[in-house]
Amino acid sequence: MNGIPMEQGLLLSAALFVLGLIGVLVRRNLIMILMSLEVMLNATGLAFIVAGSRWGEADGQIMFLLILTLAAAEVGVGLGLVLQIFRRFHTLDADSLNGMKG
Amino acid sequence: MTLTLFYIASAVAVFATVMMITRLNAVHGLLYLILSLLAVGVLFFLLGAHFAAVLEVIIYAGAIMVLFVFVIMMLNQGQKTIEQERIWLQPGMWIGPSLLALILFVEMLVIVISGGSAETGHVVNAKQVGIALYGPYLLAVELASMLLLAGLVGAYHLAKPILKTTKTGERS
Repeated sequence: MNGIPMEQGLLLSAALFVLGLIGVLVRRNLIMILMSLEVMLNATGLAFIVAGSRWGEADGQIMFLLILTLAAAEVGVGLGLVLQIFRRFHTLDADSLNGMKG
Repeated sequence: MTLTLFYIASAVAVFATVMMITRLNAVHGLLYLILSLLAVGVLFFLLGAHFAAVLEVIIYAGAIMVLFVFVIMMLNQGQKTIEQERIWLQPGMWIGPSLLALILFVEMLVIVISGGSAETGHVVNAKQVGIALYGPYLLAVELASMLLLAGLVGAYHLAKPILKTTKTGERS
């Protein structure tokens, strides 16, 4: 019923998720970490779309819509935090922010 | 033919993501990230989720990436900005993303020329999504709106120019 096998779509989704995870773990620039988080959220959305396409239901796209709103809210708050960190410490290096107060 | 298009778009998405996490400049990474999102949008179209493909291009590759561009612009103030911009705008950096975008564009052309809907799997159109969204998923929509409101308030509060700390005076 579908031209694209479900396994390959899920494999692609897993590959993109792992790439985003590697980006989060390896990169130390805060903006790059946020971008890698976007890739991870996008990969989960792809998995939902693949499953929704496999069974021909609208639920997959609805879950993608919810992930989209989650990503928008997360990016707004995260970039606000990045701005505040840059104003206080004048750096975006995540390793140099390891000191806590008190 | 759908499978071939799927493989090409998948290769573009994975390659653009790998290039994204290995770039040193945030702006270069942003270019490749936009390409990755556009490739995933093409994949959504091939999977029959046309509405999600449109939202992917408009909201992800449009709105959210514009936020990143604004923040990167705001964080690069000072004397060295002009020199930095000159390095960023070297023509060599445009070639990779342009080639990937060209591949995706050719894919879209192939789909359009071959009759609009090139057997793109089971199509779940926007009407079905809307009916399900405002039927059984009404509570989820309300929760999403609350989440967006919380994100709005949080972003406004966090990005204020001076955030006063509690007791030990202000740290600007």
